[in-house]
Amino acid sequence: MIKVILITGRSLNQGVSKELGKFSKEYMEKVAVCELDPEDLKLLGVSSGQNVKVKTKYGEVVVKATESTQAPHKGIAFIPYGPWASILMPSATESTGMPSLKGIEATIEPAKDEEILDPEKLIKMVVGREP
Amino acid sequence: MKTVRNVVCPFCGSLCDDIEVDIEDNRVVKVRKGCAISATKFTKYNEERIYKPRIDGREVSLEEAINEAVEILANAKYPALYGWSCTSTEAINIGIEIAELVGGVMDNTASVCHGPTILGEQDAGISTCTLGQVKNRAELIIYWGCNPAHAHPRHMARYSAASRGRFVKGRKERTVIVVDVRKTHTAKTADIFIQIKPNSDFELLTALRWAVKNGELEQEEIAGIPAEKIEELADMLISCRFGALFFGLGLTMSAGKARNIEAAVNLVRELNNYTKFVMVPMRGHFNVTGANEVMAWATGFPFAVDFSRGYPFYNPGDTTFVDVLTRGDCDAALIVASDPVSGFPAEAIRNLAKIPVITLDPHETLTTMISKVVIPTAVVGIEAEGSAYRMDAVPLRLKKLVEPPPGILSDEEVLKMILKKLKERVK
Ligand code: SF4
Repeated sequence: MIKVILITGRSLNQGVSKELGKFSKEYMEKVAVCELDPEDLKLLGVSSGQNVKVKTKYGEVVVKATESTQAPHKGIAFIPYGPWASILMPSATESTGMPSLKGIEATIEPAKDEEILDPEKLIKMVVGREP
Repeated sequence: MKTVRNVVCPFCGSLCDDIEVDIEDNRVVKVRKGCAISATKFTKYNEERIYKPRIDGREVSLEEAINEAVEILANAKYPALYGWSCTSTEAINIGIEIAELVGGVMDNTASVCHGPTILGEQDAGISTCTLGQVKNRAELIIYWGCNPAHAHPRHMARYSAASRGRFVKGRKERTVIVVDVRKTHTAKTADIFIQIKPNSDFELLTALRWAVKNGELEQEEIAGIPAEKIEELADMLISCRFGALFFGLGLTMSAGKARNIEAAVNLVRELNNYTKFVMVPMRGHFNVTGANEVMAWATGFPFAVDFSRGYPFYNPGDTTFVDVLTRGDCDAALIVASDPVSGFPAEAIRNLAKIPVITLDPHETLTTMISKVVIPTAVVGIEAEGSAYRMDAVPLRLKKLVEPPPGILSDEEVLKMILKKLKERVK
């Protein structure tokens, strides 16, 4: 397990795959990912393409680890905007209306055999019933 | 085949207005000049389309869906109207009228992107300009907490770093500085990259302002950056003839939020004692700026406007949609051209799923999944015209290129029908 600071944001792949549909294979492939610094990947003993579990105080989610092409950023993990990132975020807005979607403390652990939930299953998990 | 030129791209706040599309049999077959996102948007807008209105997952006629939407809105004590960043200015205007009529709270997606920018500007003002000014004059460009290489792919080539201006001819004549927590693809093209520690933008902005004003810093290191480097940077900023600071959600979403923007405004203000300096927020969705503009000119406030008192009331942190939802205050919601379920924290989503939601969207989204009433609409900028505001608040006209699928109307038309029936219903 490693401790990281989690940031979310837009990525080109997220932008393109969003236009292919929120339930498309491409969207899940490009957005249910966590970009990690190569050194952090080594520390975790995980190779690019294997699943990891990301946990914050607010939730946890399984996504695919990928080696960042925007390194170095040791200790910082990046997940593109989307349902996988947002369930890890606090809802408190500190009187601004804006939840803190960047700069959240998180831990990451290998989860090679755990499944990445598709958007439908993810929402079912969040709302606790069939949508 | 027909070619349409000078098409405005309805994806990001850059609102590139030079796109060329070829149309054949009511379909866009080729896109020229657009970036990868734009090309996908123009050619794949029929993926995951919704073709029929639905109530509780059951296909119904448009009239039934509208009647149900009107009933929900008329019966709600405190409905929330949210989204608006991916539709036309004209549709937003009608949304405001609906919100006022039903005494609801109307918010747009700015509250979860550049809302803190607006709050910072309201506190401290802003020195800004249009993107044309930047292109023609800016010798020094800073991208702070934004990654246009990914989020606004043509921004650098068309308006900023690498654009060919009248007085500043291109990338070689400009200095480009990137401040970010990662060495982003934008950072990789910069002359100077400042890798800042997460959540310490406020410190660096303030230190930079001190260095601009007083020269030397007392500490050895601030935000992970050595003092000499900050002093050097301050000298560079002062000595350019025209500088532009583009900033993104790296400032608005991390610790400090609106206070980071205030610090940036104060830095730019200080720089204007020595040279000309401006700042422009990198707005995301193509008409999120328009949502702020329309709401500001119609109600006096750019987002988070509450009509429950019978007059517009604005209190971000209280009347913003995430907060309204998290508290479980609203008892119905109308979502237009947005997918909050994809982007909101879990607690907010859980509460949204408990109330009747009406969603207007061309596509299936996570929000349509939990909606009671779903009304499909035309894709604005492809199947419906209207106006939108670029990130620098320049309004541009979106074109209608092809006909929408049979029976599908624009957001503007559907909202007009809802408004008309609501007026009769609540009379
Ligand atoms: S930069 Fe933005 S507006 Fe311009 S073509 Fe790409 S997505 Fe469209």
